[in-house]
Amino acid sequence: MNGIIVYSELEETALGLLTKGRELASELNKPLSVVLLGDQAGDQAENTFAYGATQAFIADAPALTNFQASTYASALTQIMAQADADIILIGSTRRGRELAPRLAQKLSAGCVTDAISLCIKDNRLVVERRTLGGNTVSTKVITSRQQVIAVMPKLYEADPVTGGAGEVIPVSLELQGPTTRVLERRPKKAGTVNLEEAEVLVCVGRGLNDKGDLALIQSLADSVGGMLGCTRPISHEYHWLTEDQMVGLSGKEASPRLYLAIGISGQIQHTVGVMNAKVIVAINNDKNAPIFKIADYGIVGDLYQVVPKLIEKLRSEFGGSQPK
Amino acid sequence: MNIIVCMKQVIDLEQIRIKPITREPVIEGLPLLFGDFEKCALEEAVRLKEKHGAKVTALAVGTPKLRDTIKESLAIGADEAIILTDPIFQDSDAMGSARVIAKAINKIGEFDLILLGDSSADEYSGEIPPRIAELLNLPQVGSVRELELLEDHDQTSKAKVIRVVRDMEDALEVVELDLPAVVGVTSELNTPRLAPLSAILKAGRKPLHEWGPEDIGIAADEVGEKASVIEVLSNLAPVQDRKEILYEDVEEGVVEVVKALLQEGVLTQ
Repeated sequence: MNGIIVYSELEETALGLLTKGRELASELNKPLSVVLLGDQAGDQAENTFAYGATQAFIADAPALTNFQASTYASALTQIMAQADADIILIGSTRRGRELAPRLAQKLSAGCVTDAISLCIKDNRLVVERRTLGGNTVSTKVITSRQQVIAVMPKLYEADPVTGGAGEVIPVSLELQGPTTRVLERRPKKAGTVNLEEAEVLVCVGRGLNDKGDLALIQSLADSVGGMLGCTRPISHEYHWLTEDQMVGLSGKEASPRLYLAIGISGQIQHTVGVMNAKVIVAINNDKNAPIFKIADYGIVGDLYQVVPKLIEKLRSEFGGSQPK
Repeated sequence: MNIIVCMKQVIDLEQIRIKPITREPVIEGLPLLFGDFEKCALEEAVRLKEKHGAKVTALAVGTPKLRDTIKESLAIGADEAIILTDPIFQDSDAMGSARVIAKAINKIGEFDLILLGDSSADEYSGEIPPRIAELLNLPQVGSVRELELLEDHDQTSKAKVIRVVRDMEDALEVVELDLPAVVGVTSELNTPRLAPLSAILKAGRKPLHEWGPEDIGIAADEVGEKASVIEVLSNLAPVQDRKEILYEDVEEGVVEVVKALLQEGVLTQ
């Protein structure tokens, strides 16, 4: 029987995909298994059974020490054949986004990356992903015999089942030596910001004139107990904020109850990251800025005029203290 | 050194309008342009050419409008361009497009480096670089934000080697690989130049080739809608139900917005 198999280099993501995979496997009446690669594979296997895997395929080889798409794709091809899996769910991390299409090409299979929803309709796996730069959501079905789907890494939360049990299956792989050499890994500064979980999010865009003026925006964020984020130019071009503070298609997605857009024109590549906000407020000096089309409340004006007044008003409402 | 830059023309995404009731995107007649990532790939190729000497070939699959769009790549510094606009290539899925590109690269024959945007501006699927790398049996790296050709890396062998910095979630990875290879780049790699007017005028004189299915040796059932393994059920804008209340008076706006936020209960827990 053809089954569903899950792989991600991030344990939390793999467990989240197993959690969702349980539901899909039960609706399609397929077995659910997991792939674990590397020297920790054996230790992780037992835990995956608590999330619904009934088989854990484990493998380690010197060629797997550093990630390389072709080697990992070759490993997954061999394991999918042994597991008789026709659907593979992969975490759509940077590595996963390189791995999934390479694997799909090895299998002559269709692929969807950055999936934002999975469901079963008429016994088929229906996948949604954003397209046209975030303007639209495309709903797709892969019609090849095998299907490769890379799912947004934090889409599904890991949720254990009681009494899960399974079988650990060691696999010996035939892999070629790596053709890329990882010389160095420079860890990024520890991510102190976790914008995905922000209850209140204040983002700033090109409307800001100077890095020093970030203090003003931070002060607004403080006055509403919010986190500070930005559009791509602020983090990636000007480097005024860190790259993990960037909100949008190639950055973070958040679902805050309040989102404040300051000096942001509203390009879809950014706003797609905050579409799920409960309330959106925008401040921009251009009355025709697209941001006002997706805002609940907008104030047309120079941010350097509006923001200090807004901070003052918020402080007076809360008697000088931050809201809880 | 021979560098191939794969380019994709995309519609101007800022100009897409959404039909109010059906939520369908209106894309007909919109201007076509190259995405930022591709422009960076081309810029990097031209810089490598300026520094080390190279022949740069721009390669693109798309509609006949490419005949105009591709001229930008020639103006910026590509030495020649190859476009594939045959109707049978249209409506290919990522696998079909990758087959066309890989076959065209095989026909070009001599290449050391294949540069392209990590993901296209419209689809952002990132499928093409890994798929063509697999079809050509080449190493691939993506998310590349720095690239350097190592000169005289190994005197004994003729292998050309590049060193790249990849932007992963948790770390920057410094990776070396032997050419030929497929490299997907992001917009941090460089700031693309604008083509000077004189170069735009001269671009028309550079070689521009159009290749059809026979030229690259691809069968009709390997490309296009018939070969697609992706069935698109719908493609619609998500429903956005926003109030769109706009204040043009700053004083009034500040008072009313704070009042509304308190009423909506989003300022207190």
